[in-house]
Amino acid sequence: MTASLLSFYIFSAVILLSSLMVISSRNPVHSVLFLILAFFNAAGLFVILHAEFLAMILIIVYVGAVAVLFLFVVMMLDFRTGLEKSNILQYMPIGLFVGVVFISELIIVLINTKLELKNIQILTNPLSNFDNLTNTEAIGSILYTDYILYFQVSGIILLVAMIGSIVLTLRDREGVKRQSIVQQLERSSQIELKEVKSREGVDI
Amino acid sequence: MAYSIVILPLIGFLISSILSFFKKNSSIDLASQIITSSFIVISAIFSFYIFVDNMVNPKIVSLEIFTWIYSGSFEASWSIYLDTVTRVMLVVITFVSALVHIYSIGYMSHDESIPRFMGYLSLFTFAMIMLVTADNFLQLFFGWEGVGLASYLLIGFWYRKPSANSAAIKAFIVNRVGDFGLALAIFAIFIIFGSIDYEVVFDAAEKYKDVTISFVGYELNAINLICYLLFIGAMGKSAQLFLHTWLPDAMEGPTPVSALIHAATMVTAGVFLVVRCSPLFDISPSAMGFVTFIGASTAFFAATIGLVQNDIKRIIAYSTCSQLGYMFVAAGLGAYGAAMFHLFTHAFFKALLFLGAGSVIHAVHEEQDIRKMGGIGTFIPITHLMMLVGTISIMGFPFTSGFYSKDVIIETAYLSHSSFSTYAYLLITAGVVMTSFYSWRLIFLVFNGKTRMDEEKYSKVHESSGIMTVPLMILALGALLFGFLFKNYFIGDYSESFWDHSIVVHHEEHHHIPFYIYYLPIVLGFFGLFIAWYMYIKNTKLASDIAKMNKPLYEFLLNKWYFDELYNFLLVRPAIAIGKILWKFLDEYIIDGFGPNGIASLAINLSNRAKKIQSGYIYHYAFAILIGLSLLITFFIFKF
Amino acid sequence: MIELNQFLILSALLFTIGVIGIFLNRKNVIIILMSIELILLSVNINFIAFSYFLNDLTGQIFSLFVLTVAAAEAAIGLAILVIYNRNAGNIEIEKISALKG
Repeated sequence: MTASLLSFYIFSAVILLSSLMVISSRNPVHSVLFLILAFFNAAGLFVILHAEFLAMILIIVYVGAVAVLFLFVVMMLDFRTGLEKSNILQYMPIGLFVGVVFISELIIVLINTKLELKNIQILTNPLSNFDNLTNTEAIGSILYTDYILYFQVSGIILLVAMIGSIVLTLRDREGVKRQSIVQQLERSSQIELKEVKSREGVDI
Repeated sequence: MAYSIVILPLIGFLISSILSFFKKNSSIDLASQIITSSFIVISAIFSFYIFVDNMVNPKIVSLEIFTWIYSGSFEASWSIYLDTVTRVMLVVITFVSALVHIYSIGYMSHDESIPRFMGYLSLFTFAMIMLVTADNFLQLFFGWEGVGLASYLLIGFWYRKPSANSAAIKAFIVNRVGDFGLALAIFAIFIIFGSIDYEVVFDAAEKYKDVTISFVGYELNAINLICYLLFIGAMGKSAQLFLHTWLPDAMEGPTPVSALIHAATMVTAGVFLVVRCSPLFDISPSAMGFVTFIGASTAFFAATIGLVQNDIKRIIAYSTCSQLGYMFVAAGLGAYGAAMFHLFTHAFFKALLFLGAGSVIHAVHEEQDIRKMGGIGTFIPITHLMMLVGTISIMGFPFTSGFYSKDVIIETAYLSHSSFSTYAYLLITAGVVMTSFYSWRLIFLVFNGKTRMDEEKYSKVHESSGIMTVPLMILALGALLFGFLFKNYFIGDYSESFWDHSIVVHHEEHHHIPFYIYYLPIVLGFFGLFIAWYMYIKNTKLASDIAKMNKPLYEFLLNKWYFDELYNFLLVRPAIAIGKILWKFLDEYIIDGFGPNGIASLAINLSNRAKKIQSGYIYHYAFAILIGLSLLITFFIFKF
Repeated sequence: MIELNQFLILSALLFTIGVIGIFLNRKNVIIILMSIELILLSVNINFIAFSYFLNDLTGQIFSLFVLTVAAAEAAIGLAILVIYNRNAGNIEIEKISALKG
């Protein structure tokens, strides 16, 4: 039992258990925390798979931003914890049944498939190109050259998401004085320039 | 002239029907009465003319109006065929119809739909004329159905009375049974002879004597079968034994209707049919035996019921039924001339009796139960006298018409050697006593003795107006004289040239009839008169005592031998039950349930259920996606 | 040696748990959003596993983009949730049935 195998089993067990707890926990805060745990363990899995960059990105972005965002929202909204659980029992049998069917199908498929990975000759970015580079450098070398378009598009996606969130949740508060540049520039019809001689007044 | 005889009643009917659509108006009523009556009177005069003309120069006239059906070998045309039988019938029909029309002007003067009544009377006359002037079986059938229809319309004339409606339906349906037999007979005639023209069929009849036809799986002699079926039609129309139940109930119609249809004309259509088809019947001895049997049984049966009836019109109705039996006895024994003669005389005295009864009913303010009459003879002398004339004719008083016609039938029955002749002789002789008895019972209970009416009505009894009594007098003349006048032509020495091959005339040598047989009917007639006089004038308690002593027999006779109840049990109730099953179960439950109603409610149910899929909850939709996905994957797994 | 199949089974299980979480929860909408994150995580694991076993870097690039989109979508989802809560007063699943036919 190699170390990688052992750690794989530990990580995957924790992921599965914590994801189960995510969906079945009564307290939503607990759910979020369990989600964070799942992310951490997934990062660990990624490390096993020699994808350190992605593992760290997972932690920084997912845990650091998305999960924290979840926590903020959970704390901001009024959750009624412990809502009626009666309805679950109504749907549990059929739901579980369908779930079990689904899983067993997937597993059947996966067990019976023998993927001949050695025969795949055409690889887009074979790792052999990046022998001496770290994972980060390897990713960087192709992300900003071959996949620059997708990179830009994802940037636009993030921009759109940001604008969307702000537009959705912005609240106008009355009584706040703000400058309206447009209004200011529109005042031309109401401005008159008068030449005033010194020592002479003018009627306004 | 022949055309006008046929067309005038039709035109009268059409005009009267149009008039009946207007609101009630006395001038419209008067117009319809005058138009229809005068048309029929003209028809009657013409018929009489052609009848007398035929007596002088006998000839057969056949006028084709136009072709009706021409389909392969099946040809039928509208035509007027006048031979002696037809002319005799025409005289009877138009004469009695004319008198009834005139009588109705007075009798129905207070009715609210006079044009309709007069129109129906003319329609009936037209249909009957069509029937007798036919030269093929199809036109005969048309007339047959036409008179059935007119009878229905007239019996149910007062359609607001539920009893009238059911009586009309009963008449029509019982008639239908007979009509079915007639229709089958016409089909058989066409199959065997290849044509339905009288001439073709009657000329070829002798040749087909031994032909057989298969009928409901049996091979039967064709001519026998045809004659039996024809006679079944006659049984229905003439109210013979098993198909008689409609005649007493047909008295729901107005009295002139009873006089015209149920005394003189429609019910004689059956006799006419048998006589007309005499060539066929003559070669079918078993059918003739059947005719005799039924005729004699009916004569006896109807007379027994007539003994105890209490409604004046019903007594006369059963009397009609019984006398028709006499006619069929004559026809069944081969004496077709005698049958026609009795038809001829019977029309007169029966119509007289009916119209007289109508006058009586009019006088006692619409009361029809003779137990509630009595002692009104002095107030309505003319009616009394006319009824007496009719009664002595029917009992066979010497030298009246009834005497000649009835006695010749009785003699024929005695002398004949055909099957059932002895049976017939015994029954119709017994019938003579009963006929006399019940006819005189009617007279005595209505006109004589102490009255059983209440004071107020009694004081208002009055004679009917001239327009009603004059027809009575004309009919009385016929009842008295026509027998003597025409006897030699119908049944006597001139009969062969008179009938001139229109019917089969048998050369009977005049066997010598023992004189006691000859006088027996007269004696029996007087005997019946004596008993009636004794029971209803001399010792009035005797009647009710006899009734009480023989209660079961009395009830049996009073209830018409329970035929109605029997038919109700055997036929009507099962028919109603079947109808109910077909309606409630099959029609409503199955067809409606699975058809329109079922589909509608199914559509509603299904769509209600389908509606629930759109719950609005997203997780339901996601679940649906998942289920679909699982199914898809399962499908693919098991495909490979 | 870790087999590819094991990673794939793990990813399948995680995916299923996420899917179950979407329709088996009766509590609130946040769980749905978290289940979506779980699903995306499972996909990521799948990509990275394939990238490792195929010796191909494309999987990791793609996984990076998935991450980006997931973050964007979570943000907008939460924004919508906040607005909804502002308007409706609560975020109970049972009451969100405006699509009801």
